Amino acid sequence: MSELAGRPAGHSQPLLELDHLSLSFGGLRALAELDLYVDDKEIVSVIGPNGAGKSTVFNVISGVYEPTEGDVRLGGQSIAGKQPHKITQLGIARTFQSLRLFLNMSVKENVKSATYGHTKATPVESILRLPRARREEREVDALAEEVLSFFGQRLTGYRWNQPAYVLSYANRRRLEIARALATKPRLLMLDEPAAGMNPKETHEVTELIGRLRDERGLAILVIEHDMHVVQGISDRVIALDHGVKIAEGSYRSVADHPAVVEAYLGHDPEALAED
Amino acid sequence: MSGPAEDSEPPSIGVDHWVARSGERRDQGSGWRKWLARAEARIGWWQRLALAAGLGLIVGQFLTNVNLQTVAFNSLLYAMLALGLNIAVGWAGLLDLSYIAFFGFGAYGYAVFSSTAFGTDGSGGAHLPAIESIPIVLVAAGVVGVGIGLIALRLSGDYLAIVTLFVGQAFMEVVNNVDPGTLGGVNGLYGLDPLHSFGGKIESPLGFYYLALVMTVALAGILHLLDTSRTGRAWRALRDDPLAASAMTIPVKKLKVMAFSFGAVVGALAGTLFAAQQDTVFPTNFTANVLILIYACLVLGGVGSIAGAVMGGLVVTIGEQLLSSPNDAGYLFYGLILIALVTRIRPWRKLAAVLIGVVAVGFAAHAIVSAVSSSAVAGSPGSGGWIGSAVRDYVIVPANPATYGNILYVVLICALVAIVRMHGNRRLLAVIPTVYIAACCWEARLIVNPSITTQIMIGAILIVTMAARPQGLLGTPRVETVQP
Repeated sequence: MSELAGRPAGHSQPLLELDHLSLSFGGLRALAELDLYVDDKEIVSVIGPNGAGKSTVFNVISGVYEPTEGDVRLGGQSIAGKQPHKITQLGIARTFQSLRLFLNMSVKENVKSATYGHTKATPVESILRLPRARREEREVDALAEEVLSFFGQRLTGYRWNQPAYVLSYANRRRLEIARALATKPRLLMLDEPAAGMNPKETHEVTELIGRLRDERGLAILVIEHDMHVVQGISDRVIALDHGVKIAEGSYRSVADHPAVVEAYLGHDPEALAED
Repeated sequence: MSGPAEDSEPPSIGVDHWVARSGERRDQGSGWRKWLARAEARIGWWQRLALAAGLGLIVGQFLTNVNLQTVAFNSLLYAMLALGLNIAVGWAGLLDLSYIAFFGFGAYGYAVFSSTAFGTDGSGGAHLPAIESIPIVLVAAGVVGVGIGLIALRLSGDYLAIVTLFVGQAFMEVVNNVDPGTLGGVNGLYGLDPLHSFGGKIESPLGFYYLALVMTVALAGILHLLDTSRTGRAWRALRDDPLAASAMTIPVKKLKVMAFSFGAVVGALAGTLFAAQQDTVFPTNFTANVLILIYACLVLGGVGSIAGAVMGGLVVTIGEQLLSSPNDAGYLFYGLILIALVTRIRPWRKLAAVLIGVVAVGFAAHAIVSAVSSSAVAGSPGSGGWIGSAVRDYVIVPANPATYGNILYVVLICALVAIVRMHGNRRLLAVIPTVYIAACCWEARLIVNPSITTQIMIGAILIVTMAARPQGLLGTPRVETVQP
């Protein structure tokens, strides 16, 4: 295990660990020697201007891209280069910045489809409705209902059998989180969970993320642009710019960090203010 | 937006009352809609399946001649083919054009094991009973399906279509050219054993109809159970969004290969049945035309729907049969025009005006033309029976109608294109001469060439259905998302 920048000595093994992670597309360096860790039951926010590489970090962790250099470890075990469905099965679930629900499936089916990895019935068992298939189907059904009830009444009752495309934008975001929860993750990665929400819904998202950690014991890695949300939820904040980590620490220390101010506002804030 | 007075529950944020009450509204709905909605909610899937099977048995009692029995068998065969195609195309969303090769593979597989073709010269062939040959063929088709699936794995959309189309064509070339001694080359294989197992055998067309009925019902049931299982869910997730599916623990590659393979097995099963019933197999039974017809069944019935695939198979096959007999084709032609006018033109006053206009224009035109030149109306309409006598003084058919009919056909197409571009009353007005031209063209030219007319009519029916109901007869509307 490597020495990680900013990590207090004598700490136990982190849940997720990026170790000098680099990713290049041809000549373009999207991520450069990124070190990052998330502990158990910790909420870490990733901020940065557009194009900083935040979503790319998620794509590397979830297996969409294979890192060019460096390693990704979950609980000490390397997961770099594994296929996305294997990584999710190991305990990392994600949502997408541009919603990617299965729009033509019902709300409940969306959630149930995410249990494929931890059910085992073969097609023949399913067709004959053999005991294992029936038991799994009961368990999956109960899990889906439990996960959907986490969001109060919004995704329960008559909603179960509605196709996902009739849901409002905010409910689609909630359903994406519910679907991710159905994979039974240890780490949940939320890509801009408050994007496109009104102030009330944004406040609810802040509460929801806290509840996900407190009630379900999840570690959470969040990309978020809304600084109120970031301030409200984060145990720790990491700022990225041009694929490089420019600051890490508490919300206050990162928000006031000169490099972060520069990344968002440009080189000379005074000069800009005078314009 | 104000609620009714008895709405005691105050509105609350996050609960959509209008949507929550959709069930109540449905119950309050009027007449047959209400009845239909309630009946649909009460009947389970296996009850529907039993109903369909019962219907098939009753239909079997009315199949009094060989011709009817063959049509009924063919419609079920196409229903089975559409069901198989639906697995890869409808559920997993893979544009698979190699399907026809598996239909052929099943047919040739059965033929090889049930004739003198197999083995060295003089060995007399395999002559396996169906209970042995069909499972062998199905397993082999599944394995080949896995192979094709593995090739197709890295492709999607247009590229997948091109490569699988090539596979379909390759099958034709193989059976045409490779080892004519065994596969028969262009002459095909003939003189197959009757379908036999356990000492019993099926030879009569009616027997094959009942066998096809049993197989179709069983297949529909099996596919429903598969559709509602974790595998079916995973396929539909994969169709909607492969990237999200893989992020939700679904092994996308494995499921794509499975979809190909399962489709291949069903296609091959239909193939064995086809070969056994036909008693022969020829390379020309498995051309791209047949593939297009199977696709037409699936699209017409509703992509992704089991009931839709079966319905599509029945409608296309029976429609094709009706169109090949001039009299029945006439009923279909005039019936469809009438249905289209009645359902599309509102209010009824305008409809009545258009119908009267259509009739009046025809008789007036006929009277004027016959007054000018008697030879211009010397021909007789192509329709026989009461339609023929009804339109005798209505349509203009000259003594030698071929050239006249061709010109009229071009005019008809121009008129249809023009009508599509028009709106409002002008369009209604244009409908009157267009229908008349269509009738003249039909009587003078189209009905005389049933083989061509069949294709034109099926094409027209498909276009109209897709315009009116894009999801197909029994399909559910789908929302496509544009992925960045």
